[in-house]
Amino acid sequence: MQFGILVNEGPYNHEASDSAYLFARTAIEKGHKVPRIFFYHDGVNNSTRMAEPPQDDRNVTARWSKLAEEHGIDLVVCVAAALRRGIKDELLAPGFRISGLGQLVEMGIQYDRLVTFGD
Amino acid sequence: MLHIVNKSATERSSLESCLRMATKGSAVLLIEDAVYAATNGNAAAAKIQAAAADLKIYALGPDLAARGMAGRVLDGVNVVDYGGFVDLVAEHSNCQSWL
Amino acid sequence: MSDMDEMDDGSGVVKKFMFLNRKAPHGTVYALEGLEVVLITAAFDQDVSMVFTDDGVYQLMKGVDTKGIEVKDFSKTYRALEGYDIEKLYVDQVSLDARGLTEDDLIVDVTVLSVDEMANLMAEQDVVISF
Repeated sequence: MQFGILVNEGPYNHEASDSAYLFARTAIEKGHKVPRIFFYHDGVNNSTRMAEPPQDDRNVTARWSKLAEEHGIDLVVCVAAALRRGIKDELLAPGFRISGLGQLVEMGIQYDRLVTFGD
Repeated sequence: MLHIVNKSATERSSLESCLRMATKGSAVLLIEDAVYAATNGNAAAAKIQAAAADLKIYALGPDLAARGMAGRVLDGVNVVDYGGFVDLVAEHSNCQSWL
Repeated sequence: MSDMDEMDDGSGVVKKFMFLNRKAPHGTVYALEGLEVVLITAAFDQDVSMVFTDDGVYQLMKGVDTKGIEVKDFSKTYRALEGYDIEKLYVDQVSLDARGLTEDDLIVDVTVLSVDEMANLMAEQDVVISF
């Protein structure tokens, strides 16, 4: 089955991106496909490679990049939400790209399920 | 339909709204701070137990454990891990998050 | 305007999309950015419903004046939805009653549903996106 995932909150401030990550990883482990994850609202803050969490904490952004690389996931950051919050192409961690909201709507149309994680 | 709730019922009203709108036979999964509602003595426990007559109530085990609540789960609430969460989404034809 | 350009994902699939608005405007950004998604979805020729429940009904208040808080007044955008062929706007009676509101207080024409009607409408959707 193909799952689309929508992440609406930034890392660290809210559990949403942790829940979304664990859901995505587990879905893949169980043989499902997660072709794309869309980041909206403050969720765009998951994408910046400038984040440097303490050594003893999880690195949310690096974790997304690794999952994307291992499983070919398209990590899409909403352009309008990103520009509002100072997220630009040159700041993106590996695996992330900036694109339009149409990419979110496509997930709803094309995939079997769309699961939202937010506040 | 699978309803996903992530807010503590003693802080916000999303669980109450969800229980009002969930149709008979649908499933409700409590994650993040919503798991407190599924524990003994919580102010929302009676609502959860009443709802369990018509709805299937689930709570995410890792979120319960992270909050020290793993040993306090109400009777009638099914504890699932992330694999169970994925299965619930797959088994229901649609899902909705009560943000 | 560019948002109105027809978009097509190539599949020809039409799904039932519901946008569930449960939050008041201005306190958080969800109402405004949620509206942006709805406008884009309109261009994909999907079967779109917008639901305003709980504090979401406050998004539709008439008589909004945002000058004093120096943010954009996007309440008029709800009136433009019709031009995007988004005509299924639903509010639930319980949420209106709990806030001392009636349909006359709202900036657009909506269909007021009972809890049971709203519940059934949700259950029949393919995709529910909540903000």
